[in-house]
Amino acid sequence: MSKYTKRFDGRKLDEARKIKAAVGIIPNADGSAMFSFGDTIAIAAVYGPKVMHPQHAQNPEKGTLRVNYDMLTFSVTERKRPGPNRRSQEISKVTGWALEPVVMLEDFPNTVVDVHITIIQANASTRCAGINAAALALAHAGIPMRELVSSVSVGKLDKTIVVDVIKEEEDYEEGEGATDIAMSFTSNSGKLTHLQIDGKISAKELKEAVETGKNACREIYELQKKTLKGVGEK
Amino acid sequence: MSEKDREIVIPGEIIKEGDDYLPGEGTRREGKNIVASRFGLRDEQNKLVKVIPLSGVYIPRRGNLVIGTVADIAFNGWMMDINAPYSSFLPVAECPRFFKKDDLSEYFGIGDLIACKVDSVKRKGVDLTIMPRGLGKLEDGMIIQINSNKVPRVIGKEGSMISMIKEATDCDITVGQNGLIWIKGNKVDDELFAKEAILFVTERSFVEGLTEKTEKFLEEEIKKRGKTKKAEVEGDVE
Repeated sequence: MSKYTKRFDGRKLDEARKIKAAVGIIPNADGSAMFSFGDTIAIAAVYGPKVMHPQHAQNPEKGTLRVNYDMLTFSVTERKRPGPNRRSQEISKVTGWALEPVVMLEDFPNTVVDVHITIIQANASTRCAGINAAALALAHAGIPMRELVSSVSVGKLDKTIVVDVIKEEEDYEEGEGATDIAMSFTSNSGKLTHLQIDGKISAKELKEAVETGKNACREIYELQKKTLKGVGEK
Repeated sequence: MSEKDREIVIPGEIIKEGDDYLPGEGTRREGKNIVASRFGLRDEQNKLVKVIPLSGVYIPRRGNLVIGTVADIAFNGWMMDINAPYSSFLPVAECPRFFKKDDLSEYFGIGDLIACKVDSVKRKGVDLTIMPRGLGKLEDGMIIQINSNKVPRVIGKEGSMISMIKEATDCDITVGQNGLIWIKGNKVDDELFAKEAILFVTERSFVEGLTEKTEKFLEEEIKKRGKTKKAEVEGDVE
């Protein structure tokens, strides 16, 4: 039996935190969105397509997707030193790879689409909130896309698989300890575009975790869809 | 085409099943279905389904009237900024009068606003022209910027909306497809009125029967302004 039977915040094992989304929150951006899992809040702004500078970075075959992820100093309990760091650079890259398969920038050679993801409040799963917000913002900016991307984190605490981990769960140490798996799925074809594992997990358990994550992403997609369809209704 | 048929669609959504229809702009065929490629309003006309964009940057098309800013001066023309993802160029050869080639800054300096037409869109950039009548440097007046996707609403069907605003405000208005609008009136008040009217339209681009609503707005504003104008005149007399 697994030692982790009841979650810290009383949620069901396959229950995500309260999810919220909004688009058009940044008037000066070409597209923008907010996405939150409980008290993890991410905002994303999309600029472009615009001419790529420096010129040597231009791709004459298709446009480039450039993602920048950053956490604000006050987003975590201990003040985060401002500016890019190893972690944020990694997440920027990985978020770009998660979104790359769905954006269609073939019609915009030599251009760049800038995505700026900012975490204004963090309690684990920030990269997932960031990817969800970025997918919404890209759609809102009118970028041609195959479909949307939804992202969720799945955790394995001792032997229990849970959806949408929080900080306390990430730090769980009893039994087999905590494994944090961030994953992203395309909305219609249900393909995996991003999978990151931090911790130990068996192949069988991983399959189970991916299946759990896929189901959780459906709910997230429904919210993303509802948010985009609600534009202009006031 | 009724407004009610227009529904917001999102990327990846199936917007037409079966192969009776042709996929238009912003859509693609996936097997038997037509799928939206971008976020916007679905529009069906004559067996053609397309997505009308609601947001995003301006994509230049041949023949578009745009308002651009001079960004740089080259030896044979001007580099322009038209708020598009491509660099645009206005060659001297596309200017109607005789332009002395040795000092182009005599004609247009950096930062000048120029109304021009898109001559061609190539892979590497956009070529502009000011050959047709009524184009060239914009002097006096004021410039406002709106979302380029709302330009069709500001212009209205066959220019109905913009000519109504022009008439009501007594201003000369040039609407660039890239979202820049130049307003020139006799008085600053008129220009501000025209600006307000245009913003009224852009803020309500979703509303049905917008033309009637704008007409009402203009009438009311004229009444309000008419009174204040008279009061001022009387005050002067005294």
